[in-house]
Amino acid sequence: MHILHGSAQRISVVPPVVPIAAPESAEADIEALFLIRGFERLLLDLFSRGVLNGTTHTCLGQEYIPVALSPLFEAPDFIFSNHRGHGHYLARFGDVEGLLLEIMGRAGGVCNGVGGSQHLFRDGFLSTGVLGESVPAAAGMAWSLKRRGGRGIAVAYTGDGGWGEGSVYETLNMASLWRLPLLVVVENNAMAQSSHAEQYRAGTIEDRAHAFGVRALRIGGCDLAEIRNLVGPEIAAMRERPRPLVIEFATQRLGPHSKGDDPRSPELVAELWRRDWEAPLRERHPALCERTAARVGARLEELRATALQKPLSEWTDAR
Amino acid sequence: MHAERIVENLNRAHHELFGRDPAVCLIGEDLLDPYGGAFKVSRDLSTRFPERVLSAPISECAFTGMACGMALAGEKPIVEIMFGDFIGYAFDPLWNLAAKSVSMYGRRVPVHLLVRCTVGGNRGFGATHSQSPQKHFLGIPDLELFEVNPFHDNVELLGELIDRGNPVLLFENKTLYSRHRIQDDDLDDLFSWRFIGPRQEFAQIYIEEPESPDAVIIAPGSVVFPALEAARRAFLDHEMETVILTPAQLHPFPLAPILDDLARAKRILVIEEGIAGGSWAESVATAIYSHLWGRLENPVICLHSKTSIIPCARHLEERVLLQSGHVFEALIGESVRA
Ligand SMILES: Cc1ncc(C[n+]2csc(CCOP(=O)(O)OP(=O)(O)O)c2C)c(N)n1
Ligand SMILES: [Mg+2]
Repeated sequence: MHILHGSAQRISVVPPVVPIAAPESAEADIEALFLIRGFERLLLDLFSRGVLNGTTHTCLGQEYIPVALSPLFEAPDFIFSNHRGHGHYLARFGDVEGLLLEIMGRAGGVCNGVGGSQHLFRDGFLSTGVLGESVPAAAGMAWSLKRRGGRGIAVAYTGDGGWGEGSVYETLNMASLWRLPLLVVVENNAMAQSSHAEQYRAGTIEDRAHAFGVRALRIGGCDLAEIRNLVGPEIAAMRERPRPLVIEFATQRLGPHSKGDDPRSPELVAELWRRDWEAPLRERHPALCERTAARVGARLEELRATALQKPLSEWTDAR
Repeated sequence: MHAERIVENLNRAHHELFGRDPAVCLIGEDLLDPYGGAFKVSRDLSTRFPERVLSAPISECAFTGMACGMALAGEKPIVEIMFGDFIGYAFDPLWNLAAKSVSMYGRRVPVHLLVRCTVGGNRGFGATHSQSPQKHFLGIPDLELFEVNPFHDNVELLGELIDRGNPVLLFENKTLYSRHRIQDDDLDDLFSWRFIGPRQEFAQIYIEEPESPDAVIIAPGSVVFPALEAARRAFLDHEMETVILTPAQLHPFPLAPILDDLARAKRILVIEEGIAGGSWAESVATAIYSHLWGRLENPVICLHSKTSIIPCARHLEERVLLQSGHVFEALIGESVRA
């Protein structure tokens, strides 16, 4: 586990994984990891069978980030998510049923089938599909949370490509100037759709944050306990003394951008899979992983069967 | 043998333009091979013309602004906006910089800038990836709006647009990309078509030589398909004769070439996938009223999608977007009741 420091310009190589569920919460952590991964695989499978309509972006490879962070968030916190948001949602709510039914447009979907994969809204959680909108919106939320005097923070999950939008920098400036409790989480998988980071980013995210006097952490590896040890005190400090914080995770996208669009070579993708968290995690906790995988698998299979029986969603307050 | 698909036609249009004119360049997201753009319009372009294809960071406002600067330098940039929903970020450089530059300095400054933008629903992409933003760009001095349809050849069209000297927005409905171009004179067993207007401004689709059609539908872009379906049904069920007029240029709208057709029609429909309220269809209806007032047999009917966000689930999306059934009902409306 290491925090990467400023000189590393390109994080196309993710540091070796040391995947350990936090000892005190191993069961819950492993359950959350497997639930998110199983959910994303189920989605891709349903798409390939033509059962799903529209599009989706899976977080395969990045599941551990929201799983690591979620226990650090408290009730008043508000989370803004992006197009690749299933893991963010599931780590907070565990609600595979509401999410799958949403994406399938069936009764019981969390937004009545209106929002779909990338437009979700539920207590303390909102996602939308236009990049560059969430960071300023989260800053506005942070301003309000601060004004009301609680300990709440606003969190914006972003990809690294989304940092192409100028709104991100305009917001960092304001958030720093006005000391807003804004946490920007950057899931830096060094990819944006089909493009590689070296094609779209000059300099580093960390330096960009520093330019506005915003504190920035860079985290490699996916040891949940260590991530929490590093990040926990930082978030706790933000609650006491409001200010913005950027946390950048060097991570990897294992799946296609959406459903089938991945121009990367199979060899490269295979190499990324060799650095994935799942195999070492299973090695470390064989019995627990097997039990959990079976339980989660059964839950998802049951969901697959029942979801198809559900009636189409109703949008009752449509105009 | 099938005619070329519209995406292939657009792609060839880029290749021919790039080959012919060294000032032409392309800027937008994810343009490089082997990906070749989210909808594959730029396929093979970066391989053939690596210097002139700029695959940009996700920075719509700045790369559209850059394209304005490139145009002022005498280049002929084409901007690709991956989803028209994101063109909000590019609104300022188009409205206040590109379009203004043409005439704000007291003498005409040519701006060779073409902004292509994918629009429309029916793909289940949801509220932020399905809209038809055409109306937001209506009536901006020196900004011209065009829309891709199955009839006009984009090879000719793009060549013309990049040389106009005015910035141009070209809308491309995403459901059209995989469709084949319509080239044979006979569209099918029922309909024939031809270009009309001195500059082939419209495709005119008709059942028999249109003398005094029961109805004329002005249908740009992809809504020509629901129009065709409705016109077929109206003919088979009610022997109604409908003429469909599909313009390449949305704004300023070239009314002159179709005034005769419109004056003879018993009923005029203007249809679009966008929503009402300062819409394109409404602006066309207004133009028709001011030219044909006193000669119209019926009020012009504007058909839009429902005034609503566009939901994700297919069954809900269908309820919101303009369907052939709506066009059919409007076509037969009073004529059947009368
Ligand atoms: C304003 C805007 N421009 C373009 C897109 C299309 N788009 C969706 S995701 C994406 C890539 C995003 O990359 P990144 O932020 O790194 O997130 P990742 O997909 O890697 O998780 C693009 C270009 C968009 N949704 N919004
Ligand atoms: Mg990325």
